[in-house]
Amino acid sequence: MIDKTLIPHWEHFEHKADIGIRGIAPALAAAFEQAALAMTSVICDPDLILEHQSVEVSCQADDIEFLFLDWINELIYLMAVKGLLFKRFQVEINGNFLIATASGEPADPAKHQPAVEIKGATLTELAVRQTEDGLWLAQCVVDV
Amino acid sequence: MDLKQFIQRDETCWEIPAKGAMRVPAIIYADASLLQAMDQKVHEQICNVAALPGIVEAAYAMPDAHWGYGFPIGGVGAFDADQGGVISAGGVGFDISCGVRTLHTGLTMNDLQGVKKDLADELYRTVPAGVGSRGRIHLNHDEMRAMLTGGAQWAVDQGFGEARDLEFTEERGRVDGAEPRDVSPRARERQKDEMGTLGSGNHYLEVQRVVEIFDQEVAEAYRLKIDAIVISIHCGSRGLGHQIGTEFLKDMALAASQYHIALPDRELACAPLNSPLGKRYLGAMRAGINCALANRQIITHLTRQAMNEIFPGISIDLLYDVSHNTCKQERHIVGGVTQTVFVHRKGATRAFGPGHPDLPTEYQSVGQPVLIGGSMGTSSYILCGTKQAEQRSFSSACHGAGRAMSRRQATKQWHGRALVDQLAEQGILIRSPSLRGVAEEAPAAYKDVSAVVDSADKAGLAKKVARLEPVICIKG
Repeated sequence: MIDKTLIPHWEHFEHKADIGIRGIAPALAAAFEQAALAMTSVICDPDLILEHQSVEVSCQADDIEFLFLDWINELIYLMAVKGLLFKRFQVEINGNFLIATASGEPADPAKHQPAVEIKGATLTELAVRQTEDGLWLAQCVVDV
Repeated sequence: MDLKQFIQRDETCWEIPAKGAMRVPAIIYADASLLQAMDQKVHEQICNVAALPGIVEAAYAMPDAHWGYGFPIGGVGAFDADQGGVISAGGVGFDISCGVRTLHTGLTMNDLQGVKKDLADELYRTVPAGVGSRGRIHLNHDEMRAMLTGGAQWAVDQGFGEARDLEFTEERGRVDGAEPRDVSPRARERQKDEMGTLGSGNHYLEVQRVVEIFDQEVAEAYRLKIDAIVISIHCGSRGLGHQIGTEFLKDMALAASQYHIALPDRELACAPLNSPLGKRYLGAMRAGINCALANRQIITHLTRQAMNEIFPGISIDLLYDVSHNTCKQERHIVGGVTQTVFVHRKGATRAFGPGHPDLPTEYQSVGQPVLIGGSMGTSSYILCGTKQAEQRSFSSACHGAGRAMSRRQATKQWHGRALVDQLAEQGILIRSPSLRGVAEEAPAAYKDVSAVVDSADKAGLAKKVARLEPVICIKG
């Protein structure tokens, strides 16, 4: 039987005014990918998004938590200026460098029913760490 | 929260004396039941604010305070630049100068009979709302620069409104000291198609009816009568403010050790007001304030256009425009001496009392209108500033209800379509591009705004003038 906790996954966590995004996976890069998917699902159901377009993302930061913050903020910026919604992410991390591809399509209010736009990733509950069972966790609260 | 953590000064004033790293006491204004219902995080965060360098008198939390980013939402703190005082990006928030503007229509409820649905549709067509909505105004480099320094004055110069509107806007529609050069290319890029848009989340344009008057004299000065129809606009500086907040929050968090600031919580990211980073943020944040003022001015213009379609020749005047996410340079009495301080209001409304020189002539004798938004289906309030608040909270009051439950809990409990139908049965028309967004903003997902306003009134932060109920809500 497959241990489902070993499959990369995402979840939201509670914050009264806003919402927390969390990615959990055996590999650090996959945890970043899952957290990005958690962010998309704050906005709309990711299953409604098709992969018509891809954008390249690269970030560099002083530490891994700020790298995660930069990654999420980069996606927020790209969504805002390009009018895109993303459903698939491929991330590579080397030290404090990240390169990634985000794939999705232009936001369509009628089709995607986007509930909120995300203003920015916050330092609230910002954490990137390995859990006791060896999985990677990447999380923060996003301001909506 | 456990009330035993506080020394109760009066019915609505609860003090945490300065201890440990706190430089000044922390004071929360709320009645006992609101305080008990507040998150313990508010206690922790307001004590952290009280520990920041250069803070004067006390750190304050308003009756609608809740867990924020470093500062609690509903937090107020004033800093003296000459005493090493700081400015904090988290103390202003991502939506710089988010605020509320209320407009007189000269109509009564009777005038809406038979045209309410058409009016809702016309407003929804004319005012861009929701995720990714684009405005019809696209700014080039020079226009962006002019907007960032000119604020609502720039918007009026461009034909979006009337010079008289500026008299009824904080700072006469334009804050001094904005530095467009401190606004990054990314922040400008994020804004260039977003002028004149409401945004999403808890932002809205609402047609409201005056249903209760608490203070006849002040209501007359504000030209408010029972059954009058007003329009309130709640929105801020859109993508530009969000990007400025994002960039400076990180820069300040990374620079704290350089300025030898021991942050009790890295979310309190801040820099000395007299440092290069503090000055850069001040310049960019003020440009963000001007952006928000221009944005609400353009939306006012669009609202006038929509109203004219339904009521040709109608005249729409401003009651007032307030911002509730700001840091402003103001004169206040500190230790018995009047001095310049920088007042952070994160989710708190400035509330100048009678006689303040910044008020328009019409409001000199009664104080500043304090505009408190509710949520779809619930009341909004208009209050007036008091002299008392000058001593109690650096002339600050609450800003709204605050959420009672998370967005996720709300979507589990309500469906957007059912909510829209239910509100329509109550006579409230909702127009929104997203039914999920409507569910997340369900009226019952918010705290009771009436309890918040009653506490602010009892505490003397501002006095109740009128209660409004929604008739049409354009939800972002």
